[in-house]
Amino acid sequence: MKSPLIEVHDLHYRYSDGTLALDGVDFVLYAGETVALLGANGSGKTTFVLHLNGILAGEGLVMVCGMPVGKDTVAAVRQKIGLVFQESDNQLFMPSVLEDVAFGPLNLGMDRTHAENRARLALEQVGLEAAAHKAPYHLSAGEKKRAAIAGILAMEPEILVLDEPTTFLDPPGRRALIDLLAGLPQSKILVTHDIEFAAALADRAVFFDRGKVAGEGPTGEIIRRFGWDKSNHRSAASCSREG
Amino acid sequence: MHHVVLERWSRRESTLHCRDPRAKAVALVIFLVIVATTHRSFAGAACAYFLLLVALLVWARLPLLAVLARAALVLPFTLVFALISVVAGDPHRAVLLMGKSYLSALAVLLVVGTTPLPRLLRAFESLGAPRFLLMVAQFVYRYLFVIAEEAQHMRVAAASRGASASPAARFRAAAGALAVLFARSYARAEAIHRAMLARGFEGRFRLLSVLRFGSADAVFLLLAVAAPLAVRLALEAGA
Repeated sequence: MKSPLIEVHDLHYRYSDGTLALDGVDFVLYAGETVALLGANGSGKTTFVLHLNGILAGEGLVMVCGMPVGKDTVAAVRQKIGLVFQESDNQLFMPSVLEDVAFGPLNLGMDRTHAENRARLALEQVGLEAAAHKAPYHLSAGEKKRAAIAGILAMEPEILVLDEPTTFLDPPGRRALIDLLAGLPQSKILVTHDIEFAAALADRAVFFDRGKVAGEGPTGEIIRRFGWDKSNHRSAASCSREG
Repeated sequence: MHHVVLERWSRRESTLHCRDPRAKAVALVIFLVIVATTHRSFAGAACAYFLLLVALLVWARLPLLAVLARAALVLPFTLVFALISVVAGDPHRAVLLMGKSYLSALAVLLVVGTTPLPRLLRAFESLGAPRFLLMVAQFVYRYLFVIAEEAQHMRVAAASRGASASPAARFRAAAGALAVLFARSYARAEAIHRAMLARGFEGRFRLLSVLRFGSADAVFLLLAVAAPLAVRLALEAGA
């Protein structure tokens, strides 16, 4: 039996304005798996993934690679989980692509030569080695996304978490991203509204509804069960009664 | 965008581009002090300083006319104070203000146009400038373009809904857009901070490039300080 890389039990989180974002979430990610997190806007998917590397801290248990996520373990956890944010511009904050990709390895305490080698290797993995010295704002949306992924790969994480990775991408960019992600060996969590993208990459899907897990199972089945393969999908509540 | 042009210039290759940014930063600060404190024989000194800067611009292979034109962007701001001096009956002070501000802007452009910003900020950090201030400068530089693009999108959106109909409507739209821009920038700052934390940021930027101060940098610094100083001392002695 595969070992779990991430285990989450009964996770609750409320924002400071009183909004209950997570209401008792249970979740498991096994080694080698790709899981899609589906659900409407505001259903708690992004809030959930921000708990996985300790950026948000709710009530409940979050275990990553056998470590409970907390103040003492957060540095080690952030090395294990690479989080790629929805808007690449927010992730590419250094003045050049190479400096940006090396940002994580340098923070891990690597010396400059080692960090640069790691950064160049990661850029090669995503096919951006020629853009190493470019400024991030000179890149296209697809290139920015790949540069953001390279910044995470340079930290050699065991798990990749991608938040709405296909936003702003044109069809060729989206296709290139699917090919890139399919070739990466890490376990992955994909937060997405893009069901074709999810179906192409994820073995399993978890459907979020109002801060709860409303259903989980094979990706195609979850997409059908919650009506996301139709333009007028059914509500999660009615589906969960059936499921 | 000006800073995109500046960045392109700063990535060129010349002997001046290769100099250690600390040498250029120190030379710049000293030059600015020399210019700011020159009062007697200003016309002659200003010509000499200008020729010195032009020689360095040519040496750095920067587009001379473009740099000279960009340095003039500072003049409208100085003009206000110069006019106040003229009205107060001190036209000499007005000339000094205009001349000094232009020369200072030209010197700053020369350094910024021959030094990539990360290296320049690194130089100021190693010279003792507050790290937090430098971090803010780096983020402004990086995100100015993104924020300007957002502002442009909002302007188009407002115009397409008739905001250009009257000056009052334009003013209202601009005020609303400014507030939205501020709120978005705040949200973006939070998102950037999260992205930094996710990659192990603990409050200190670590950069790939290493600064090396060699003998050529020492010679450059010496000459860059000695030349304007010699001009000033010679002119003051002759006056």
